[in-house]
Amino acid sequence: MQLTNRSKQVSNKTMTFSESLFLPAIAKGLAITLKHFFSKKVTIQYPEVKRYLGPVFRGRHILKRDEQGRERCTACGLCAVACPAEAISMIAEERTKGEEHLYREEKYAAVYEINMLRCIFCGLCEEACPKQAIYLRHDEFVPVFTERDQVIWGKDLLVEDMNNRYKREAWTKEEARQLDQLKASGKVTTVETRAIP
Amino acid sequence: MELTELIIKSVVILVVFGLTLVIAMYSTWAERKVAAFIQDRPGPNRAGWGGLLQPLSDAGKMFFKEDFIPAQANKWLFIAGPGIAMITALMTSAVIPFGNTFIYGGKEVAMQGVETNIGVLYVFGIVALGVYGIMIGGWASNNKFSLLGAIRAASQNISYEVAMGLSIIAILMMSGSLSLREIVNQQHGGNWNIFYQPLGFIIFLVCAFAECNRTPFDLPECETELVGGYHTEYGSMKLGFYLFAEYINIFVSSAFMSTLYFGGYNYPGMDWVYAQLTGALGATTGHNIASLIGMGVLFIKALAFIFFFMWVRWTLPRFRYDQLMDLGWKKLIPLALVNILITGAGILLLKPWLTALLD
Repeated sequence: MQLTNRSKQVSNKTMTFSESLFLPAIAKGLAITLKHFFSKKVTIQYPEVKRYLGPVFRGRHILKRDEQGRERCTACGLCAVACPAEAISMIAEERTKGEEHLYREEKYAAVYEINMLRCIFCGLCEEACPKQAIYLRHDEFVPVFTERDQVIWGKDLLVEDMNNRYKREAWTKEEARQLDQLKASGKVTTVETRAIP
Repeated sequence: MELTELIIKSVVILVVFGLTLVIAMYSTWAERKVAAFIQDRPGPNRAGWGGLLQPLSDAGKMFFKEDFIPAQANKWLFIAGPGIAMITALMTSAVIPFGNTFIYGGKEVAMQGVETNIGVLYVFGIVALGVYGIMIGGWASNNKFSLLGAIRAASQNISYEVAMGLSIIAILMMSGSLSLREIVNQQHGGNWNIFYQPLGFIIFLVCAFAECNRTPFDLPECETELVGGYHTEYGSMKLGFYLFAEYINIFVSSAFMSTLYFGGYNYPGMDWVYAQLTGALGATTGHNIASLIGMGVLFIKALAFIFFFMWVRWTLPRFRYDQLMDLGWKKLIPLALVNILITGAGILLLKPWLTALLD
């Protein structure tokens, strides 16, 4: 069976005189390395320059707000149940009068914590969430931490900033699949990113 | 010797010493840069501009590491090994003429550590001693791999020294002198020995690679077979000295090759430059500046050779040990002997005919 056309017949021919001198072959090798010496370098200077990792990359978490800026999370705890690493914990609280502009549902998470050392960035919390509240960002990593108290992220770090909203091309699996098919068939080339799921 | 002459001589020696060390230091940086560029990487670029402080940080790291001596090792020889390697590597640069003379206060001082009439022999003697550093270090480690590496180094250096010496004999037949300055002065202008001795140069180049334990002849430290070779048990600055000695050897052999085959501090059009400089700046200053230009030319040649050493290292794979011995004894030595015969025939028959033709 032949898989590729690149296979070569093995030969045990004795070397000719010019081959046994090795010098032409060495010159050829030196030419190749010299060509690489002047070629463009492929390295990306990592901490300063970051490569785009694609729309499906699972980076750091974000707790989304809705179009009016209210927190979507209702502290149902499904993400904590779904989490295989048991990284998520939360304390629920009832919304009082006058807080309707802060929280979308009648119940909200007073405390919402993710242990970033436990998290394995599997994305199951994102899938479990019925309110489309928690997402893993495709564009940002969890930064390197040096202190223990930097490990557990509270709501101050997780909840979305309204002035700098997190935007995506697609917010659900179905939407993403549809988009992929449209892109593959060439019907759509550029897609507007939007902040609202 | 008068006091001024002594002072100038000491300054020259110190400058040669310092330059050798600095060039060896930056060779480690250049090696990593060349390796990276050949492999399409940018190489060290974090410590200082373009990674230029990398050798300093490497040396700092080496100095502050634990200075470990194995329990069963012969302590004094274990310490002496890297010292000998370093000393012998540094001693060779003493006789290399780095430039023409330097005039100061009416005194003409050669830009050379020591001016001897047996410079070539001196270099060969010291290079032959250089293997003791590796040999003693490898033996004193009391480790099978170190000993094997040391034995390999010794047999390799002895084998290739023969071919190296024979390839130089052709040069000596042409120049009729063992003094390196004399050999350089005979290559005045563009009349370099490489045009008369291309075969001898290739033999010498290959032997120089083998003597420096550089790829493709770096069998003494062949990590696939011998862990780390003769420096398996070494760490901290003692290891640093071994590696440093290798780079000094590369620089010295590069300078030596430039001196013997590529005209040393001579370059085409040097007489015209000399006349212009002395005419414009006066006899003393012009002469000194012309000498400095010659020194720069020699360093450019030597640096080109250092680049070639690195270029070859990142191109060719290592020889097998039997191939190494085959090449040394069965190919290079007969070739060197043939080269001597051809040179002798040329001097006897071709030279009178050519001179008669030119006259």
